[in-house]
Amino acid sequence: MSKVAQKVKEEEIDLTGANQVIDKYIDMKGALMPVLQGVQEFYGYIPEPTVHLIAERLNVYPSQIYGVLTFYAQFHLEPRGKYIIRVCMGTACHVKGASRIADTLTDRLKIGHAETTEDLKFTAEYVACIGACGMAPVIMVNDATYGSMTVQKMDEVIAKYKAMD
Amino acid sequence: MAAKAEAIKVLICTGTGGLASGAQAVLDAFTAEFAKQGVEAKVGKRCEVIGTGCRGLCANDVLVDVVIPGQEPVTYDFTTPELVPQIVEQHIIGNQPVEKKVAGPYYSKFLEKQKRIVFSRCGTIDAESLDDFLAHNGFNGIKKAVKMKPAEVIDAVKRSGLRGRGGGGFPTGVKWSFCAGSPGDTKYLICNADEGDPGAFMDRSVLEGDPYGLIEGMMIGAYAIGCKFAYVYCRAEYPLAIKRLQKAIDTCYEKGILGKNCMGLGFQLDMRIKAGAGAFVCGEETALMASIEGQRGMSRPRPPFPAVRGLWGYPTNINNVETFANVSYIFYNGPEWYASIGTEGTKGTKIFALTGKVKHTGLVEVPAGTTMKEVIYDVCGGILKNRKFKAVQAGGPSGGCLPEAALNAEVDYDSLIKAGAMMGSGGLVVMDETTCMVDIARFFLNFTRVESCGKCIPCRIGLKIMLEILQRITEGNGREGDIELLEDMAYDIKKSSLCGLGQTAPNPVLSTIRYFRHEYEAHIRDKECPSHSCKALLHFRVIDEKCKKCGACAKVCPVNAIEWEKGQVAKIDLVKCTKCTSCYDACPFMAIE
Repeated sequence: MSKVAQKVKEEEIDLTGANQVIDKYIDMKGALMPVLQGVQEFYGYIPEPTVHLIAERLNVYPSQIYGVLTFYAQFHLEPRGKYIIRVCMGTACHVKGASRIADTLTDRLKIGHAETTEDLKFTAEYVACIGACGMAPVIMVNDATYGSMTVQKMDEVIAKYKAMD
Repeated sequence: MAAKAEAIKVLICTGTGGLASGAQAVLDAFTAEFAKQGVEAKVGKRCEVIGTGCRGLCANDVLVDVVIPGQEPVTYDFTTPELVPQIVEQHIIGNQPVEKKVAGPYYSKFLEKQKRIVFSRCGTIDAESLDDFLAHNGFNGIKKAVKMKPAEVIDAVKRSGLRGRGGGGFPTGVKWSFCAGSPGDTKYLICNADEGDPGAFMDRSVLEGDPYGLIEGMMIGAYAIGCKFAYVYCRAEYPLAIKRLQKAIDTCYEKGILGKNCMGLGFQLDMRIKAGAGAFVCGEETALMASIEGQRGMSRPRPPFPAVRGLWGYPTNINNVETFANVSYIFYNGPEWYASIGTEGTKGTKIFALTGKVKHTGLVEVPAGTTMKEVIYDVCGGILKNRKFKAVQAGGPSGGCLPEAALNAEVDYDSLIKAGAMMGSGGLVVMDETTCMVDIARFFLNFTRVESCGKCIPCRIGLKIMLEILQRITEGNGREGDIELLEDMAYDIKKSSLCGLGQTAPNPVLSTIRYFRHEYEAHIRDKECPSHSCKALLHFRVIDEKCKKCGACAKVCPVNAIEWEKGQVAKIDLVKCTKCTSCYDACPFMAIE
């Protein structure tokens, strides 16, 4: 974990948001997953204090919660970058050269799958399929999709987001 | 309704594929242009801009249909916002289609051999509008179903011959009768929308383009089986699908279509979406139920089957999105009509997602019994850059690769299994001569290895070791006997794994060995990759005789490592070269090795 990430993690976590999420789902059967998804949406990741809060209020063991958190690819236990670059590694993208795009990302930003840059600006993620196979190879930066990627286009995209705040 | 039929409609594909190509900007441009020009007053008709679901030809997005009453609809492809004023000016006001931008003859060819049943509403109606749905047969199926007894409904589904579209192909009516026959009042209905196969996106398209159609299918199922509660388990990677379906469910509650007394028809059904969290194995039914219960998505041994002991211990029936979508249409037109489409063993249509090196990637719906050749060459226009076809991968990570010789296989559950692949969820990835089959096997195994839940040992450890062997073959360190070892292990893993994931994971390896053994041998004995695709075995050299001096490679090289002048054979500077392989893909003549 980078120093910046460490610092973010050590800041006091305000649990109001987590409490609100739990209030919403507490009476539901099988509430754990929706609660975790809600908490992650609020904080951007799952901070440790919230795990204990959820355990307390939903009456499950923290170990059970960690079991769920580490099983599913979409839960994150550490702060993540401002721009999430998702590189699609689905079959169609693979056939059309997705590994080349991932290599470019690693080369330029020095981050591989599930890694974040030191300054918390970029996080790379290799995903199975984002369902835009018609435009393979595809990447997503937060909500924006970029299709028919080449190494050159990848450089342009990286430069664009580097220049942004 | 009369006013609606009169209106000029602009249909814009706003599925994930469309939106990714900029459909929202096109839609906004149309709306703005209509307001700016005062088009409605000029043509004297109401003009509607409608965001529809996917219409299949994703490669040419953004697709726009202009429907003027009394005229054939005109389709534009590759539409951009800049083009919109011209279309409005010339076509809608001036009644002269912008010929240059109209989709070519390939579009009608793309549609010709298709039979769009499940997709008949996708791409023609406003996906978010209940009124549009009602105007297109909506909820007529459930109205017919409730007039029958639940057992008669199940019987009708049996007679239609519908088989589960999730991949297994189990007869849907029989499945329903198991769950209906289980004792107890509390039963659950689950729609499996955890479409995890990389390269398959038809379920997403149905969810985005016709969410009410899915709800109707589920209502029929719930009525037949006697479920009061239904879940839709949707993978979280489909935010738009979840949004549209949630909106549809909310509207249904508002109008009393779902709830204590559905549409006043005298039965109760509640429906809820559960979003997954990124685990492929959750497409397996027992793992899916564990996930809904809020646990790790790990499968468990069957029996007991979900129809006996499912979600929270109660009898549960699970079907795929496409299956439920089919059910609605069976009740619109009758089971006999449905049974008349398709082959002996497989009735109705099947949706395929064509991707990879094919000209028109996208979604196609064809009647069962169409051959693979027709799908790839007639519907989708053949191979990109006119290269040579090598194989088509059917059925995702659980399926297999079919070579050219097997292309006459019919799209049908049984003939595909005989050919060594499977229907699976319906993803077809087309590969040309530049795709290495060993690498593809490695790719799929890597996928299933990562997604294995880790509960049973054959899958957890066996796949890892198979992957290591494939890894060393693609890196040029393969040993004699590796192929036999792979075959041995594949057999054991298939026999002893707990759930469908492990039982089918070795299939891509087995089918590539069966049809492309020579490629494995070339990697192991000659340390060569015949397709020039495995990076470790590449030389990065231009073959002088094959080079046509076009310079395509020099243009794509990101580090300018290729020296080329007009009329000269290209040369790669190995010092500058970063081995990114861009030039391989760009070369139309396979002149780089």
